[in-house]
Amino acid sequence: MELIFEISKPGRSAADVPASDVPAINIENAIGKKYLRGDLDLPEVAEIDLIRHYTNLSRRNFGVDLGFYPLGSCTMKYNPKVNENVAVLPGFTGLHPYADDEFAQGNLQLIYEMQKCLSNIFGMAEFTLQPAAGAHGELTGVMMIKKYFEKKGQKRRVILIPDAAHGTNPASGALCGFDTVELRSNSEGGVDIEHLQSLMTDDVAALMLTNPNTLGLFERNIEKVAQIVHGRGGLLYGDGANANAFLGKTRPGDLGFDVIQLNLHKTFSTPHGGGGPGSGPVGVGKALIDFLPVPRIIKKDSGYDWSEDHPKNRDGETSYLPIPHINLKDSTYAWSSDFPDSIGRVRSFYGNFNVIVKAYTYIRSLGAEGLKRATEMAVLNANYIKEKLKPYFDLPYDRICMHECVFSGNRQVAQSGVHTSDIAKRLIDYGYHPPTIYFPLIVHEAIMIEPTETESKETLDTFCGAMIAIAKEAKENPDGVKNAPLTTPVSRLDEVLAARKPDVCWKKS
Amino acid sequence: MDYCPHTPDDIKQMQASIGIANLDELFADIPQKFRLKSMPDIPAALSEQETIAVMSGIASKNKLPRFTLTGAGAYHHFIPAVVGHIIGRAEFYTAYTPYQAEISQGILQAIYEYQTMIAHLTGTEIANASMYDGATAMAEAAVLCAKMSNRTKIIVARSVHPEYRQVLRTYSWANGYAVVEIPYVSSGQIDLNALQNELDDQVAAVLVQSPNFFGVIEDVAPIVDAAHKKGALLVAGFTDGTNLGILQPAGAAGADFVVGEGQSFGNPLNYGGPYLGIFAAREKFMRRIPGRLVGATVDKNGKRGFVLTLQTREQHIRREKATSNICSNEALCALAAGVYLSALGKNLKRLSELNIYKTQYLKNKLLQLKGWKEVFSSPVYNEFVLSCPDSKIVNEKLKKERIIGGYELQKDYPEMENTLLFCATEMISKEDIDRVVAILK
Amino acid sequence: MSKQNPKDRLYSRDHEWIKDDGKGIVIVGITDYAQEMLTDIVFVDLPEIGRKVVAHATVAVVESVKSVSDIYAPVSGEVIDVNTRLEETPELINQDAFGEGWIVKMRLDDAGERKMLLSADDYDEMLKEEKS
Repeated sequence: MELIFEISKPGRSAADVPASDVPAINIENAIGKKYLRGDLDLPEVAEIDLIRHYTNLSRRNFGVDLGFYPLGSCTMKYNPKVNENVAVLPGFTGLHPYADDEFAQGNLQLIYEMQKCLSNIFGMAEFTLQPAAGAHGELTGVMMIKKYFEKKGQKRRVILIPDAAHGTNPASGALCGFDTVELRSNSEGGVDIEHLQSLMTDDVAALMLTNPNTLGLFERNIEKVAQIVHGRGGLLYGDGANANAFLGKTRPGDLGFDVIQLNLHKTFSTPHGGGGPGSGPVGVGKALIDFLPVPRIIKKDSGYDWSEDHPKNRDGETSYLPIPHINLKDSTYAWSSDFPDSIGRVRSFYGNFNVIVKAYTYIRSLGAEGLKRATEMAVLNANYIKEKLKPYFDLPYDRICMHECVFSGNRQVAQSGVHTSDIAKRLIDYGYHPPTIYFPLIVHEAIMIEPTETESKETLDTFCGAMIAIAKEAKENPDGVKNAPLTTPVSRLDEVLAARKPDVCWKKS
Repeated sequence: MDYCPHTPDDIKQMQASIGIANLDELFADIPQKFRLKSMPDIPAALSEQETIAVMSGIASKNKLPRFTLTGAGAYHHFIPAVVGHIIGRAEFYTAYTPYQAEISQGILQAIYEYQTMIAHLTGTEIANASMYDGATAMAEAAVLCAKMSNRTKIIVARSVHPEYRQVLRTYSWANGYAVVEIPYVSSGQIDLNALQNELDDQVAAVLVQSPNFFGVIEDVAPIVDAAHKKGALLVAGFTDGTNLGILQPAGAAGADFVVGEGQSFGNPLNYGGPYLGIFAAREKFMRRIPGRLVGATVDKNGKRGFVLTLQTREQHIRREKATSNICSNEALCALAAGVYLSALGKNLKRLSELNIYKTQYLKNKLLQLKGWKEVFSSPVYNEFVLSCPDSKIVNEKLKKERIIGGYELQKDYPEMENTLLFCATEMISKEDIDRVVAILK
Repeated sequence: MSKQNPKDRLYSRDHEWIKDDGKGIVIVGITDYAQEMLTDIVFVDLPEIGRKVVAHATVAVVESVKSVSDIYAPVSGEVIDVNTRLEETPELINQDAFGEGWIVKMRLDDAGERKMLLSADDYDEMLKEEKS
């Protein structure tokens, strides 16, 4: 397919600009020639060609609306269309972030109620919706941990991270000046308690734990883990990427987590958008409330506004935290930055608000029962697949899994040199997006399958049929699998060339 | 609403094939004392019809203004119809990150085109696939400069957006860097002398914004020279991307990194997000910059295709050695920007000119009001600063007429009493401006 | 099948080799086994000439498509030359790890440090143990 620059022709344009209703001025005089640019080299295409270009591009893309997308750890559930319709209501899209609070009461109420809902669902004391993505939320969470110990006057330098963790975990730790130390998993795929005990010292600020972990397994010893960490004054951070496994079943706050980050674009059904935008809210227990990013919403019972004063709690004492209570009648909401121990801002404005609108709509739409059912069906689906594929692929941990299951392609490699990556590419020919591959790192040739709850039994059966067929092909016709995909507009791409001689910007030849 | 297709029959069959009698067995690993009986305080489920009613109700509690005269980092621009139709295509918005390149050529090519347009607009050689917003793009550029040079001091102009400076402080504190602010002079531009005095061999980067928060265009070239003489890198930011349709980009003046807010390119105001962090750089930094990068390559039959490349910079491989932990970007917002820029094409210049005409008209009209004065003498793009007898009353009067007035500068610049920052984009009509003047007379 | 590990040099546990010219200068590279593990090398981050390193410190970084590997100085010394051909053709390491794919030349600080390294036979043994 041609690039938009290659179909460009001077003199064409798609979008026009109205004539000026105010007097024109001589810009060169007003601004000065040295501040003006010379050339403006943007595409010149007619609207029909623009639309065809992007429409044809879209047809070379695979989304959840097209087919099954069992990417482990990504929770590619169906994106409800009612959320999309709500998100484009002018009331939600049209306000400037600096609009007077009086103009933004609906938005403020939504953010406030969303914080309250998330606090209830996850058992945390308060939430911030400022971070733009899960990784951003992680960074925010680790920053708050850092501030917590700074305030206590303790110099703790280490963060413990399980060997199965996602790469953002150690990266976030390192970016806040912590040393990251790897914590071993036991043979069951959980935390190696003895190793944790030996690593847990007064120099450890926190343990970053994903629960269920990246193997899709619930940490059976969570109580002991929390005890060990808290026992030495450390904090327990929860990577909430796998929250789809426990909505309505248990709550990280109850399990002992002091801070968690969520991914609205995973658990709460907002679209992935081809890589974003997402949203990474961070929830905290009481110990960390003071450190939440500013500004935060406070609720007054007589109107929304931005307060410069310290909010007072119910006992009339000055409080640093806006304990919210929902009172829909005569309440008004306001932004306040008057929280001296806050870590500050982690981004401009308030968060990925339009993403939050979709997630909030989802929560209201499903209700408590719907959220619980989503988790139940997600876990049911994952276990169903696990049982069906068990005879054909190595299963490193044969126990009830949660919302995702992890297989290994070792058998196929040994049999005929067919790797996990080959199996993944061959699945594309069968009309599926491949599962997550080569993650977590502790499983060799890992294949991580997360079906989510929005898939029917028929879809799962057909998918398993395809996986089983590929297992057979791997045995009987390995070259066919190694050459996959065979049915896509492009075949396997030369990633080595792309990395050796990177071409990230088109140049006219 | 319930999106699970499972019938009671399905569930029975699936339970049987797993070998369990009921769903509770799936959650046996959760210790008994931590199992929830019910979810407190979550409202009951709603049908789709009720969902729309409830959410519309919340939306209607907002008051949309007649128009807004505030920019200050977020701008009301016209979004051509094509943008919504393209980003509304499910193949784009319901797709994941394009790690499986063969079935993601659509978004990969679109982002490659976006990268190309951004590199050109900013006068640099490379641009990544986007960061979260302008503020984090700037902060991450500063952190990168510090990590590359092993220096720990960052200089930032006070005329950079207040929230961008706040984010910079947070990121700098986390990494142990020191932030020093440089004042502005009476023209509104950066105090070059003060900058020279502060520059030493401990400075990793100098951060400026052009047009700056006051709307004033900075002369970037001498700032670049001053920084480079001391071995520091220059990071130049912007908040309204449409300025690049007419103004000389900082890249052409020698900036090492050009970062900024891309919301103006086809993304609605959305009460502050999601926005679009633009991150562009000189070619020599290609292997160090954060964020995703799409590269062109060929498949095994020699056909051109696109892949995510140089992923070894990223967190999922570098892990604790990564210079950033960014994973998701703002792909759909970048797609919107790409469509916007392709749709306007060279008309972007006409759009920028229109912004300038409107801004000058608004400024001249306001200056005719009694007691209103120009604060900065330097040329501006589509924002400017004026002082007036009583800024609170000005905004109150406008608010009564459902108009969002100017941005009060005093909360961020205590020395600027009764001083307002105004913005006029192509969305402001002559009638709007005349009406404002009539209200304020 | 890795190439034979040449006997005319010493090896480290991190799969680097050094070849001594007898006059206090050593050439440093990675073994054929190492390049096989890394797969296609796409970029080599070479140090500046004059850089002083202690044994076990990172002296260069080698990137493949899917991973990044630190190359550790097997002995302490000063970098006096780097293989600039690797800038355009990093794949030389894959093609000829023991020859054209050399990475840096160092002036040795302390000839005694070589005692810490392995002979070709010892390195072969170590590889056999790793594979089992």
